[in-house]
Amino acid sequence: MADTAVEHGAEAGGAGMPQLDFSTFPNQIFWLLVTLVVVYFILSRVALPRIASVLAERQGTITNDIAAAEELKTRAQEAEAAYDKALVDARAEAAKIVADAKAEIQAELDVEMQKADAEIAAQTAESEKAIAEIQAGAADAVKTVAKDTAKEIVAALGGKADARSITAAINARMKG
Amino acid sequence: MADEAHSEGGLSFHPLDQFEVKRLFGEGAIEWYTITNVTMWMAIAVVCIVLLLVIGTSKRAIVPTRTQSVAETLYGFVYTMVEDVTGKDGIKYFPYIFTLFIFILISNFLGLLPMSFTTTSHIAVTAILAFAVFFTVTIIGFVKNGAAFLGLFWVSSAPLPLRPVLAIIEVISYFVRPVSHSIRLAGNLMAGHAVLKVFAGFAQVGLIIAPVAILGVVAIYALEVLVSAIQAYVFTILTCVYLKDALHPSH
Repeated sequence: MADTAVEHGAEAGGAGMPQLDFSTFPNQIFWLLVTLVVVYFILSRVALPRIASVLAERQGTITNDIAAAEELKTRAQEAEAAYDKALVDARAEAAKIVADAKAEIQAELDVEMQKADAEIAAQTAESEKAIAEIQAGAADAVKTVAKDTAKEIVAALGGKADARSITAAINARMKG
Repeated sequence: MADEAHSEGGLSFHPLDQFEVKRLFGEGAIEWYTITNVTMWMAIAVVCIVLLLVIGTSKRAIVPTRTQSVAETLYGFVYTMVEDVTGKDGIKYFPYIFTLFIFILISNFLGLLPMSFTTTSHIAVTAILAFAVFFTVTIIGFVKNGAAFLGLFWVSSAPLPLRPVLAIIEVISYFVRPVSHSIRLAGNLMAGHAVLKVFAGFAQVGLIIAPVAILGVVAIYALEVLVSAIQAYVFTILTCVYLKDALHPSH
């Protein structure tokens, strides 16, 4: 504190403000100039060119990366277009195959249907013939049974059955 | 002032002691070559600048480290400022402007360290910085434009009778520039640091005042951090504006 008092006394014109103590000005100015020159040389020779080159390099890298990304994007778009085209083609092909298959199946179906129809018609004719035969057979059987039955009935009633007259009677009855 | 406070007993107020230029070694008068605390703190500023801008960027990383990122941000900030304000032809003065900016910025921040010495709070320092800008800009103006540089003072867009009056005002304002340029920086830093010290002095007073004073110190300190950056920015952008006037003097 005594130290400061002495210094305060020493700086007569300073009015207590160290900033206005002109005796220290040459010292400050000298060291400031030294500092500025040193800083200027360090910056302009080393620091600023280095930072500029780093920034330029980064800018270059970014530009390259963006260009590469752009190219990849174009390729991706191309691939997508190719994929879309392939998809459309595949759809068309599939539709064609489906149509072909349908037509083929239809054709086969038609043939089969015709064949089946013909078979059914043949079977129907056969059946009708068989039915007709059976009917004829049945009429004969009825006639025989009727003849036998009539003969038996006549015999049972004590008459003598004349085969020829019975047959004639039955024939007459069955027609009637 | 210090003596007054001293006589009140106990309470010691020396808000201006922090600005004193002192010899680091030995006794005696301070000659121009004497190694003082000014020398030391300017050397520390140089070391910080080297650490930040040279060592910090030595890896030249494409993806920057934290320090390199700070260095690049500062570079980009000042570069854009120079380009925006002065135009393309001001770019070649960029190293000079960046030197001023980084020196003021680092010195301001170093001044915020407790017990430190703020070189930029001295009018001797800021006046040299400002006059260096003033003379550089004036010389560039005359070299680039010749006598046309005087057109800066002749406001051709104003009515003719007003022009001489405006010319006088312009000339005065031109010569006041270095004064305001230097006093703005030194004044801001000195006032802030002195106020910090005054609050710190009140922190010795007592139970009631001390907490308030300490809060005040914190608040003023925060403000000073802001002021340190802003004053470096203001000094730099004004330098750019003056340089722009020198390069393109027409109104």
